[in-house]
Amino acid sequence: MVEYFVIPAVQIVVVFLAVSVMVAYMTYLERKVVAFMQARLGPMRVGYWGLLQPIADAVKLMIKEDIIPAGADKLIFTLGPVITLIPAFAVFSVIPFSGSQFSVFGYKVHLYITDVNVGILFILALSSIGVLGIILGGWSSNSKYPLLGSLRSAAQMVSYEVAMGFSVVSVLLYTHTLSMVQIVEAQKNMGWWFAVIQPIGFIIYLICGVAETNRAPFDLPEAESELVAGFHTEYSGFRFALYFLAEYANMILISSIAVTLFWGGWLAPFPNVKALAFLQVIPGLIWFLLKVYFFLYLYIWLRATLPRFRYDQLMRVGWKFLIPVAMANVILTAVLRLYLK
Amino acid sequence: MMTFDQILFYALAVIAVLSAIMVITRRNPVHSALFLITTLFCVAGIYLQLHAEFLAAVQVIVYVGGIMVLFLFVIMLVNLETLSQERRFNRQWHIAILVSVVLLVEFGTIIWRGKAALQLPANQPLMDTLTTNNSEQLGVVLYQQYMLPFEIASFLLLVAIIGAVILAKRRLSSDGK
Repeated sequence: MVEYFVIPAVQIVVVFLAVSVMVAYMTYLERKVVAFMQARLGPMRVGYWGLLQPIADAVKLMIKEDIIPAGADKLIFTLGPVITLIPAFAVFSVIPFSGSQFSVFGYKVHLYITDVNVGILFILALSSIGVLGIILGGWSSNSKYPLLGSLRSAAQMVSYEVAMGFSVVSVLLYTHTLSMVQIVEAQKNMGWWFAVIQPIGFIIYLICGVAETNRAPFDLPEAESELVAGFHTEYSGFRFALYFLAEYANMILISSIAVTLFWGGWLAPFPNVKALAFLQVIPGLIWFLLKVYFFLYLYIWLRATLPRFRYDQLMRVGWKFLIPVAMANVILTAVLRLYLK
Repeated sequence: MMTFDQILFYALAVIAVLSAIMVITRRNPVHSALFLITTLFCVAGIYLQLHAEFLAAVQVIVYVGGIMVLFLFVIMLVNLETLSQERRFNRQWHIAILVSVVLLVEFGTIIWRGKAALQLPANQPLMDTLTTNNSEQLGVVLYQQYMLPFEIASFLLLVAIIGAVILAKRRLSSDGK
């Protein structure tokens, strides 16, 4: 009873709160980093160096008036943000934050909620639901710009999901498992991170990950210079905050998957080099978070550096470059694995 | 007294059937699509109960994440104002009944002939499905035992893709002239 209900419940609450705090301070980090890159200071007024800014933002969004447009489909307008948010948080249930385990009152507790045998497929399945909320939210607003934004979003996410799937397959050819924990353990056994073994797959995953989360330079669904704010133009207050939360939770998720699949999850760098064994003193959870924050920094860095793609360029890159390269990579990897065994 | 598994199964089954009925009775196609998504989810849940985790995940990825997104994509481009005034059911009901009866007889025969397979051995969990990797089993069966049907199905899909591209291209070039 305790093993199947109480411990998972506590773990779920902890992970949910941790991800929420990470999301809140991700917005702070983003504003600060972009500001420094543009020789500004960023938020400075609320708290020491603006550290309480995310809390002020949250309070502001929650007490704002909730507006539903006159011609909107009310039910779907309300459902949209929820459909996007729930999968964005639910997928964290199979992310292995660390391999170590400890015991509380005689019960073994892992640093992840669960390890299912179809882990990576479960993640891909749930994250493909998120796009439904974006499409439905844009459509139900009964307004031109949100509709255009959600059409773009649907086309973009469906296109880049394919290349992303192939880049994941190129890793799975080495692991012989879909479980997230065993994928990390496979990297421990091989002694290499998969980013070294599968550089093409890794780069394709990174590009697709940025496109899947609708972030710059792939932020066409919410391109402010042409579509006002894209699919969430008509959303305000708390409903807007839900979309915002989901987008940032998805960024953390994509970074976590990148770390698990390609950067050795909770493992220290170069796990097979004896001279670097002292790095394993640092707990796995810290390594995991450090790597995740590197990818999150990369997201912000890209946003501050690159201009937005044009729509036809986006489609050309996705269909005519990434998908063929990813497919060739999978076939090449499979052939090499078969004949070099 | 029903077990937890049974309660879960009946809940999923009832929701699946009810939302399937809603799919064909809603006037707004977007609402129909949403109910179809609910049905597909419940079916994925039933797959999970059968310890077919791989099938459940693929069901959600392919149907909810792929096909339903494309459905919604098309529905959003259709003019809903004119669509809602059109007749919901057309006059081809006698053909529909004939097809349905044939299908019903077919299903009935299959269930009646395979009665033995439907009875699970009591109090004996399916240990091989619980302990071994479900995806691995499916892969072995699909790529060894059913290699030829699998290849034929993928070939059919390829033909369909090429067909769709040619149909779309032809219309594009005649419009251009």
